Amino acid sequence: MLQLDHIGKQFDNRVVALDDISLHLRAGEIVTLVGASGCGKSTLLRLVAGLEAPSTGRVLLHGAPLTGPHPAVGVIFQEPRLMPWLAVAANVRFGIAHLPAAEQARRTAAVLARVGLSAFAEALPRQLSGGMAQRVAIARALVTQPALLLLDEPFSALDPFTKVSMHEHLLDIWADARPTLLLVTHDVEEALVLSDRVVVLHGHPGRISQTLRVDLPRPRRRTSPEFQAWKQRILHALEVEAAA
Amino acid sequence: MAATSLLSAPRLAPPATGTAAPSAARRWRWPLGALLPAALLALWEVLARAGALPPNLLPAPSRVLATIGELARTGELWPHLGLTLGRVALGFGLGTALGTLLGALTGYLPLLRRLLDPLLQGLRNIPSLAWVPLFILWMGIYETSKVVLIAVGVFFPVYLAVMSGIQNVDRKLVEVGRVYRLSGLQLVRRVFLPATLPAYFVGLRNGLGLGWMFVVAAEIMGANKGLGFLLVDGQMTGRPQTILASILLFAVLGRCTDALLAALGRRLLRWQDVHGTAGTS
Repeated sequence: MLQLDHIGKQFDNRVVALDDISLHLRAGEIVTLVGASGCGKSTLLRLVAGLEAPSTGRVLLHGAPLTGPHPAVGVIFQEPRLMPWLAVAANVRFGIAHLPAAEQARRTAAVLARVGLSAFAEALPRQLSGGMAQRVAIARALVTQPALLLLDEPFSALDPFTKVSMHEHLLDIWADARPTLLLVTHDVEEALVLSDRVVVLHGHPGRISQTLRVDLPRPRRRTSPEFQAWKQRILHALEVEAAA
Repeated sequence: MAATSLLSAPRLAPPATGTAAPSAARRWRWPLGALLPAALLALWEVLARAGALPPNLLPAPSRVLATIGELARTGELWPHLGLTLGRVALGFGLGTALGTLLGALTGYLPLLRRLLDPLLQGLRNIPSLAWVPLFILWMGIYETSKVVLIAVGVFFPVYLAVMSGIQNVDRKLVEVGRVYRLSGLQLVRRVFLPATLPAYFVGLRNGLGLGWMFVVAAEIMGANKGLGFLLVDGQMTGRPQTILASILLFAVLGRCTDALLAALGRRLLRWQDVHGTAGTS
């Protein structure tokens, strides 16, 4: 459902961030882009989000070229990016203001219950912890019922315990409607817990060096030897590219 | 599953929404704030009564208050008060409206900013009183020139606050708006406007302060009514208690209007995540 066709991105200062990236995502897949900082993975995500345009190549969503942000594409950033002057419920409603009020209320209540924050519907962002704020951001993205969800290092700012529970939570929520997920992370375990496929990027300029299909059955246990073996495989792939 | 239990049972009680009861510290704010002025007034009174202060230069507070009381009794006070307040209100309204409009345009549209801002910054650097003779020449010595002078004073802080406020809006928040495909106007209304509110209030309060300053200039330079007129009248007739009465009234009115604005600011800016008290400038 998502096709990246020979995507290239060059910035004004002649820095080539991405070079000939081609990727295909099927509906309902969870794909993670891993790579060291600065390898271009966030840039790639921003292109799919429609926040920037590729210098070469095209992004195709359901076969149609993307010309900007698309209603079927939801984005979760590294920071929660909540509007500080809006209460939690109003923040969640932010992207569905065009729907009738009753529908807005219904969806908001449902999605807040789904992320476990119903009791905080009228709280202000400054009253929330980091994990809670990120859950509100997830709720805000989910309430539009997107077919494709983009996540740019969504849990990198959280502590390890919260991170682990967020992974489980995300998979839980994903199981509801099975949107396609495209994630960016530098946390290899996170990539393994979540993904069907792990795409390894190496940077300067950003290119896909390997794609690994993770065949571990879900739910995945970090402590299992198979999981650790996969982790080593991916770390090796990253190292090899770093050395290259 | 561990995850569900962690997330579905909030250990923290949801924060109480709505206005919280004023803390003990807030209840003491008024008395504490009045402590120093009251002490100084008392000292002044004592010194005046003891004859340590020349009565023809610095009369006792009691005499100043008596003068105000006298003006109130004869009904003279109210036209002066009303006129000065009215001029400030009109000038503030005009200056704020223009400052907001131009600040929004130059803040949001780079071309306009490059065209207009250098000119406006140049005008800003003209000392306030320098405008007076020009306005009197153009608009006479009656109400128009006074209101316009006040508006000029109010305009610049508001313009600057809006323009720089818009420039400083967090790009991350604007991107969220873009992701949800908000139109330009929707972005302004739903992201830029609320995001600029804290800076706007700083501008408004500064503008108001300048408005009060400019009304004194306007009224000194040619008025037969108003608190500024009382100032000049007190000087001409050699009555320092009238001068001080006018000064005291200016202080009170200025403080009250500023307090109202500050209170409004506190209410509208409660969401701020700041080191100090949310909504204070």
